[in-house]
Amino acid sequence: MTGQPATEWSGIGSAGTGANVPMLEVRDLHVQIAARHGTVRAVDGVSLEVGTGEALGLVGESGSGKSMTLRAILGVLPSEGKITSGQVILDGVDLVPLSNSDLNHIRGPKMSMIFQEPMSALNPVMRVGHQIAEGPRVHLGYSKAKAAERALELMRRVGIPDPERRFRAYPHEFSGGMRQRVMIAIALSCDPEIILCDEPTTALDVTIQDQILRLLARLCAESGVSLIFVTHDLPVVAQLCQRIAVMYGGQLVETGDVREVLLDPRHPYTLGLVRSAPDVDYVRDSLVPIPGSPPSLVTPPPGCRFHPRCAFAEEDCRVLPTPLRVLPGGRSTACLHYERCQEAVAADRAAAADRTRS
Amino acid sequence: MSGGPLDPAGPAGSSFAVGQVGPAGNGPLLAAKDVAVYFAVGSALSARIRHEQRMLHAVDGVDLDLARGEALALVGESGSGKSTLALALAGLRPTDRGEITFDGRRLPARRSRADQRRIQMVFQDPYSSLNPRLTVGGMLRELLKVHHIVPNGAAETYSKELLTLVGLGEDALRAYPRQFSGGQRQRVAIARALALRPQILVADEPVSALDVSVQATILNLLRDLRGELGLTLLLISHNLAVVRHLCDRVAVMYLGRIVEVAPTERLFADPRHPYTKGLLAAIPKLADNPAAGGDGAAHSGPAVAGDPPSALRIPAGCRFRTRCPIAQPVCEIEDPALTVATGDPAHQAACHFAFAPAPPAAVQPPAAFPEAAVSPGPATVRPPRPRKE
Repeated sequence: MTGQPATEWSGIGSAGTGANVPMLEVRDLHVQIAARHGTVRAVDGVSLEVGTGEALGLVGESGSGKSMTLRAILGVLPSEGKITSGQVILDGVDLVPLSNSDLNHIRGPKMSMIFQEPMSALNPVMRVGHQIAEGPRVHLGYSKAKAAERALELMRRVGIPDPERRFRAYPHEFSGGMRQRVMIAIALSCDPEIILCDEPTTALDVTIQDQILRLLARLCAESGVSLIFVTHDLPVVAQLCQRIAVMYGGQLVETGDVREVLLDPRHPYTLGLVRSAPDVDYVRDSLVPIPGSPPSLVTPPPGCRFHPRCAFAEEDCRVLPTPLRVLPGGRSTACLHYERCQEAVAADRAAAADRTRS
Repeated sequence: MSGGPLDPAGPAGSSFAVGQVGPAGNGPLLAAKDVAVYFAVGSALSARIRHEQRMLHAVDGVDLDLARGEALALVGESGSGKSTLALALAGLRPTDRGEITFDGRRLPARRSRADQRRIQMVFQDPYSSLNPRLTVGGMLRELLKVHHIVPNGAAETYSKELLTLVGLGEDALRAYPRQFSGGQRQRVAIARALALRPQILVADEPVSALDVSVQATILNLLRDLRGELGLTLLLISHNLAVVRHLCDRVAVMYLGRIVEVAPTERLFADPRHPYTKGLLAAIPKLADNPAAGGDGAAHSGPAVAGDPPSALRIPAGCRFRTRCPIAQPVCEIEDPALTVATGDPAHQAACHFAFAPAPPAAVQPPAAFPEAAVSPGPATVRPPRPRKE
């Protein structure tokens, strides 16, 4: 596995050149978790593609299976969890059948992860510089001095001021934003092709979140590294990602270009998310919550999993399976009656226009 | 959610609406004057050796008025002291300086039960703010008994009315907190706060622990309750979208001080303090996507550079100057006070140049921060890539 030109850190210009070839492909992934009250089908037939240098946002509520999808891709499921079928193809290699020790050669050099809580993901008794240098030492065979040099360079790259002094600091001496920068430096340390981010900015303040999002966007553009960005925060996805995949009850319900999906949803769940989130630029008289609660993943409802909470549900929604269907324009939806969403969005727009006029 | 229990003239003590207590003054309902809260840090031993105790200035001289019936938001980064200020206002934490007045009357350090009742809080985390060993009914019964809100016999009826008010069924009375979802727990917490018929409800990040679709239900509930009961609301939040949705007025806090106060729409349309400007620019927006649209996040500088300084070492002069894009020499020397905008008494900001005809241009990049300083691209040197297996 040699570095292909498209994945080299060749600076501006490399981004997007290989966007047609998926860097990572997930095919019909199923993850089950054994629990006391039955088998939880946490991920139920998810298929995804991430191109080179592309940022994909994976959104959904807690319990929608977005984090489990991420963990399954990285091969770090909890001990009760298992991939029951499906493939995770990275650069032409299926990762699912690989053993843990084989995966260790992939995690780090080809694929890495940024977690939500940097304080619990970092080693509290190890100097920050050494934590960043550890990856290159182990995976790339760097000497101690060379790895340290690499760590310093990475610290500079992610915007840690005064890296020479900070190299010898411990995680507790850093602020939340700086710790997340350290996490990003570690994730980048072996020059991976794809970085999986599990709500990396949820624990941060909005000004620091803004800094981290800009940093990730810059790294993506500069080095052609791909991102999967898991979050429940739609505006964050709008800010950073090109494509979005919305998950509900362990399945994908809508995918497509970020702007198209968020501004003109074609699935009632996406529409519900957009309507229920307060938006700074668009003040409404009252927010429209999604009624009901998320489905049980032990005994999911038949047909469309969203139908018990859906205002547009019809008889066929309760029976027919709802796989993702491709719509004109390259986006896809799992909704059988997506035209209803289109009408609802148009009605919302008309109402908003009325209000601004009056 | 309208009907009997909300009738303000309800005679049998079953009304939750805010009645007039004391003289109906025209002044603010709650006012903080030069309030400061300090925390001692470091060990007592080191303090004795050094003959000084290091103090963290969590709230450092805050003046704030809360008008009757308004919804005021307190926003700021973590560590700005907004939660500490809320606790101090609610009487749950002693102040080190300044005074708090309720309806023109100064509240003593140790408040009477009646004063405690007037200001009630809803906390951020509904998972840890409810006693897991008490049913909702038991929790409310205890509260009503201690505060003599209703005769003992009427406690159950009153509790049921409360639960209906916050949109829970009557069977919730016999349930334990663990049987509820996050959103339902937050409803229980709101019912608990309303049980004492407060005039002011202080909500500290009431939705940030909840899922997006549930957040909307709690925000709608708070908004409805305000309208129905005439509550005065102090909302603490870092989420400006929530604030804009719910509040009439916004106070922005930075490192223990209020740096700007303005009516909500005014603040969003015309922020005057550079920190407020940065804060607003930092909010991710649904409709604006630089990643898809060409020029954008990757190439422009961050909205606010750097980290907030520690509250143990507050910069001299203006406390925002270390991150301020328009900092001038005067900012290092003079600490700007909250000043009123000419022609708009409702708008105040603590910046030397907030209401100047033309704010000065940046004289120096603030604290040379890499996002802006390091140019992206081929200049970055990278060691040769070794073969991977």
